[in-house]
Amino acid sequence: MPWITRGLARGIVTTGYPRRPDGYDPGFCSTVVVDPDHDVDAGLADVATRCPTGAISVDEGRARLDRGRCILCGRCSELRPDVFRLDPAYETSVVGRSKLVVPDLDEDDATLEMTRAHLARRVKALRRSIHIRHVDAGSDGSEEWEVAALTNPIYDVQRLGIYFTASPRHADVLLVTGLGSAGMVQPLRHTYDVMPHPKVVIAAGVDAASGGLVGRGYAARGGIEELVPVDVYVPGSPPSPFGLLHGILLSVGLLPTKASPGTGSSMERATGRLFPEGSPRRNAR
Amino acid sequence: MTNETTTAQTPEAFISSVTDRVNQGNRFCGLFASPRDHGTRLLAVVATDERLILDEVVLPTGVGEYPSLTPGVPAAAWYEREIHDLYGLDAVGHSEPASLIFPFPPGSERPRPGSGEPLGAIEPDTTPLPAHLSGEGVFTIPYGPVRSGVFESIEYLVETPGEDIPYLRTRVFYKHRGVEKRFENMDVENGVLLAERVEGVASVAHAIAFCSAIERIVGMEISAQSGMVRVIHAELERIANHLDSTLRHTEAAGQAVAYARLTTHKERVLRLQSQLCGSRFGRGVVVPGGVTAPPRLETGQLLAAVTELESSIRGDCRLLLATPSFVDRLRSTGVLSPELAQLNAALGPVGRGSDQMEDVRFTRPYAGYRHLGHQLLEPRVDGDALARQYIRLEEMWGAFHLIRQAADELDRAGSPRGNRWSEVVEPATGEAIGWAEAPQGEVLYLVELDGRRLCRVKPRSASFHNLALFPATFPKNILTDFVFIEASFGLSIAGVAC
Repeated sequence: MPWITRGLARGIVTTGYPRRPDGYDPGFCSTVVVDPDHDVDAGLADVATRCPTGAISVDEGRARLDRGRCILCGRCSELRPDVFRLDPAYETSVVGRSKLVVPDLDEDDATLEMTRAHLARRVKALRRSIHIRHVDAGSDGSEEWEVAALTNPIYDVQRLGIYFTASPRHADVLLVTGLGSAGMVQPLRHTYDVMPHPKVVIAAGVDAASGGLVGRGYAARGGIEELVPVDVYVPGSPPSPFGLLHGILLSVGLLPTKASPGTGSSMERATGRLFPEGSPRRNAR
Repeated sequence: MTNETTTAQTPEAFISSVTDRVNQGNRFCGLFASPRDHGTRLLAVVATDERLILDEVVLPTGVGEYPSLTPGVPAAAWYEREIHDLYGLDAVGHSEPASLIFPFPPGSERPRPGSGEPLGAIEPDTTPLPAHLSGEGVFTIPYGPVRSGVFESIEYLVETPGEDIPYLRTRVFYKHRGVEKRFENMDVENGVLLAERVEGVASVAHAIAFCSAIERIVGMEISAQSGMVRVIHAELERIANHLDSTLRHTEAAGQAVAYARLTTHKERVLRLQSQLCGSRFGRGVVVPGGVTAPPRLETGQLLAAVTELESSIRGDCRLLLATPSFVDRLRSTGVLSPELAQLNAALGPVGRGSDQMEDVRFTRPYAGYRHLGHQLLEPRVDGDALARQYIRLEEMWGAFHLIRQAADELDRAGSPRGNRWSEVVEPATGEAIGWAEAPQGEVLYLVELDGRRLCRVKPRSASFHNLALFPATFPKNILTDFVFIEASFGLSIAGVAC
């Protein structure tokens, strides 16, 4: 009986996202932004070699960052705050691996548009009842906490018609964490195979996208791309619950258009408010 | 090696020396292999009340076996199986010599972490295990690796005549990532990032253990202020983990309101962690030589947030322990007897629920712990899931207490000299062991360093050590107790099978 009053005591704690942006933690950074207009600079090659996952490439003095590899250690923004900046924007999931590389490569937009249209056609039938089967394919354990957090009262994904299901036979979405460990190759493939059509695969976190810091090895397959066909990538190490929610909504076409800028103005606004002088993360050193 | 190491001339002398130390009442911490120029070195770590004692022996190249330590020291069982997999060395006389960490196909090359020799992709040999029990109506329920819910991958093979669980086996290789091999040749700055990902839910403890090994090799001290910052993040991590174990109990017991409230509290702890450092798991804070930065919140704000959290968590937990339909599910469930816990040197809350009270935060203090007061836990001897739950709750209150003290100390001391939160780590060559008390129990890091290059890093999580004990708690329990026993162990499979 006392639990009843206790359950009501706190009122509503649930986020308004995706209807409106959530004013989550000022301290939380879930992506790195590269200034597209940075000065052409030979010194950036050194930053690239010091990136622990090789996420940074420099071409003719211009830097690109692969969010599918970035583990958000903040080293680049510490070395070159004029070019790289840790940013709290969480709407960073994308359709198509190449979209994780920023600033954007424009050349393959036609192919990407086709991928997107194909995904949109596939998920049309799913509407507002999305069942997710999660599979851990060699995570570090933190990803599971963030996925499980989606069902807590703060994120409460059931309100959006999103449910986690035990059986792959009921599942519409396969949410995969981890770097594709050798032992999980068969179980993952089997789970994918027995899911009914249409089915969508989300690679949750940089481990799933690229293998992350462990990468490839005798027991690590460098991400899940070679194991199952991935539709949506959620960056982060681990991805935050909001990042995951964005990825799920993106994958099934449930993202309200007005709340999904993903890049640009809302991100700039948030950054301006929080870090007026670029990244403060390592400045105290 | 900074600790004193006894080098044995023969494997037999090595085994008898380690066995004697354990028989004298010391705690067995682990058995680790490292490549050497002309063979493989075995290192056994044993803890007295206040220090570590090390024994080593080198097996020359060409020698593929050594006498098993397990008959005299049962806690060594999983370590020998791990060495069998990763180094291809057989422990002769081992009661269950099957592979554990990764079933390499027969004749396959082994990774030998630390050797620096590359190894291509290998397919595990996934032949099903034969049943252990036989009898009328006994069958095996394979549970996992893909499980019903959001869990890490692991397979439990439950052999049962229908309701009781007389025998259970775990298979952990599904998640093996080859992390030890990955550490080879990394520099120390990248090494700490990888240490944070060995067992992601205990990132801070792993980073502390790794860094303190480095600092020990270099022979440096971190500033008192950095030590306090490490304490704050490590204790927040402990609270989040203990809440996680508790909320999984409430979920299994069908306590919907308690579950909803505890998941909310856990989320608030992770958010506080991210407010302090920018990462919900405290990543990027601990670095060799200190910490990257002080907490981003003012002391007053931090204390207010912590006090508010503690009072709401305490209120819910008090009510939870007064809810019979919750307590009844935990009482006498998954009993680990103090005798068995001692024999297998159980760690962390699992050990403390069975009268193994050691906590390395206080017996071998590191970071800021030596300067902080701590409450002694009341010994628990029941060894059931309820005892482990009580221990976790008391550790949470202790964690809040430590955070408050550390925040006050930090406030009083101000910034370190020159506002340098981390000292320069000079290149050094040598070997040392670092440790930390993770929420799951003692984490050890064996680190061999050459200048700035890591030659061999062997993380040993408490999850690895304790999971070996997990099957022993099942006799006299029934299938529906399974979730409670699993949650009450509170382990991370990533840390077991890294």
